[in-house]
Amino acid sequence: MTTERLPLAVGSEPWRRRSVARRRTGATLKHAGLIALSIVMIYPLIWLTVSSFKPNSEIFTDLSIFTSNLTLENYVKGWTSQGLPFQVFLLNSSILVVGAIVGNLISCSLAAYAFARLKFRLRNLYFVMMLGSVMLPIHVVLVPQFIIFKDLGWLGTFLPLIVPKFLATDAFFVFLMVQFIRALPQELFEAALIDGAGHIRSFLQITVPLMVPALATTAIFTFIWTWGDFFGPLIYLRTQPMFPVSIALKGFVDAQSQSNYGGMFAMSVISLIPLFIAFLFGQRWLVKGIATTGGK
Amino acid sequence: MSSLGELRKVALNARSHAGVKIKARFPDNKAGYAFLAPWLVGIGVFTIGPMLYSLYLAFTNYNLLQPPRWAGLANFTQMFQDERLWNSLRVTFTYVIIGVPLQLAVALALAIVLDRGMRGLSVYRSIFYLPSLLGGSVAVAILWTQIFGKDGIINALLSVFGIDGPGWVSDPNTALGTLIILHIWTFGSPMVIFLAGLRQIPDMYYEAAQMDGASKTRRFFSITFPLLTPIIFFNLVLQVIFAFQSFTQAYIVSGGTGGPSDSTMFFTLYLYQQAFTQLHMGYASAMAWLLLVIIAAFTAINFWLSKYWVHYDD
Repeated sequence: MTTERLPLAVGSEPWRRRSVARRRTGATLKHAGLIALSIVMIYPLIWLTVSSFKPNSEIFTDLSIFTSNLTLENYVKGWTSQGLPFQVFLLNSSILVVGAIVGNLISCSLAAYAFARLKFRLRNLYFVMMLGSVMLPIHVVLVPQFIIFKDLGWLGTFLPLIVPKFLATDAFFVFLMVQFIRALPQELFEAALIDGAGHIRSFLQITVPLMVPALATTAIFTFIWTWGDFFGPLIYLRTQPMFPVSIALKGFVDAQSQSNYGGMFAMSVISLIPLFIAFLFGQRWLVKGIATTGGK
Repeated sequence: MSSLGELRKVALNARSHAGVKIKARFPDNKAGYAFLAPWLVGIGVFTIGPMLYSLYLAFTNYNLLQPPRWAGLANFTQMFQDERLWNSLRVTFTYVIIGVPLQLAVALALAIVLDRGMRGLSVYRSIFYLPSLLGGSVAVAILWTQIFGKDGIINALLSVFGIDGPGWVSDPNTALGTLIILHIWTFGSPMVIFLAGLRQIPDMYYEAAQMDGASKTRRFFSITFPLLTPIIFFNLVLQVIFAFQSFTQAYIVSGGTGGPSDSTMFFTLYLYQQAFTQLHMGYASAMAWLLLVIIAAFTAINFWLSKYWVHYDD
């Protein structure tokens, strides 16, 4: 499917040839409405950010986002207020993210190549199973998986959160890549076969370079989901030195430390920065990715 | 001896014959299984196996310490009498049935407003999309408890109009509402899917309708909406499935309790408590299967209803 924008000369369509003045008023109103909505949508995030720089005593006494009284105190205090310094949690989250990305890229692309390019026994059955597993609520496998990891002695380590990624358990990405590979020009593969390339070369030298956009989408989504993941770490990680950022933030809620709203806000902002950066640089791939899997 | 040899020859022949046939139909059998190996291990070890085992556990009492004890239908009869479970179902259904359609309606409305070469489209799209990427995070859930707290922005805004608002998150009547609003706030990702869908509608349809003198409203209901229904349907199915599994936001907003007064006790949160704080692993497994059945039923109903409103071109 194409996500390319159709060439479109705005205003040249006959039905849009209304009085210019009326159209301008309409457009202005539309923009006014959209700008108002935009402000409502991001106001919470701006308020969070500004509040994180306010003295603790002012956060709830002065709710405006315009203030001159800014301080870094919340960041300094919040950084160490959870017992361990925050870089420990940032590092843990990073390890989980890197592990998940590498795992997903390798395992999902291998599976996708098989589904999209190869004919083998039971392929259709497997494909249906793969699609079904996208929609399967994890709760159905939760307890047995927990038992497996407990028996393996993996509780309290990152392994339960990383190893499954190397076995293509995030089927959503397999599906995304299958869609992508199927849309590639088939002549390329046929030409490679005629040249005597085996499937390993066809995969590594033709498919992988061509599917970089799908790989980028996978990497960015994996980044965002793993960084934000709360349920998995909540179940498998028990000790503070292993906590990722999401669980460390929970510490602020548990403590109910009424006095440390500033620190909680500051570390919340820190935890959102990587997501925001991924959004800024990856938006193109994200939009393409969800349009590819969702459009048809 | 010779007959045995003959038999062997025939057998071998037949086998190689079958082999040829299989090879023709499945030319990449070996390669296919090689490439699929990680996924096959994953689906077997982490999906199919655990599904079967949790189905078994659903009929047992199991607390991780002693081996599972067969309990027959005890877990299921207990579920029927479990007031808190019924409550968690009510909470979850309310969240899904109100939150999902509202979120999709907002997403669709905005996609239609933003469609067709509108100026500043990419800026608006980014602003509306951002919350859907951050919405699942712990930080945003924390932010939400503060915005809707007794001293939060919402009440500050209301006090301008002389209204003394409650602590929205700590009031059992409104706590779930704040989570539904949070869900609607993340309308960006279905909106992007709608935008992609709108681009697929050929301009010529609109041109033809225009020539026939169709009004703007008419064009929407006769062209845009029908052609978009498959994508609305797709979004609806997926969002319902995902909304049933919401967890993090309710956990953070209620501090893991599902409170106040179980008003944010999502089914998944109750399941988590049963499994990992009470160690009722058998009961939790039975609950998980109930969840699967409910989600499957909703999906089936969605598919069944789709023939009345989803328009398929071909």
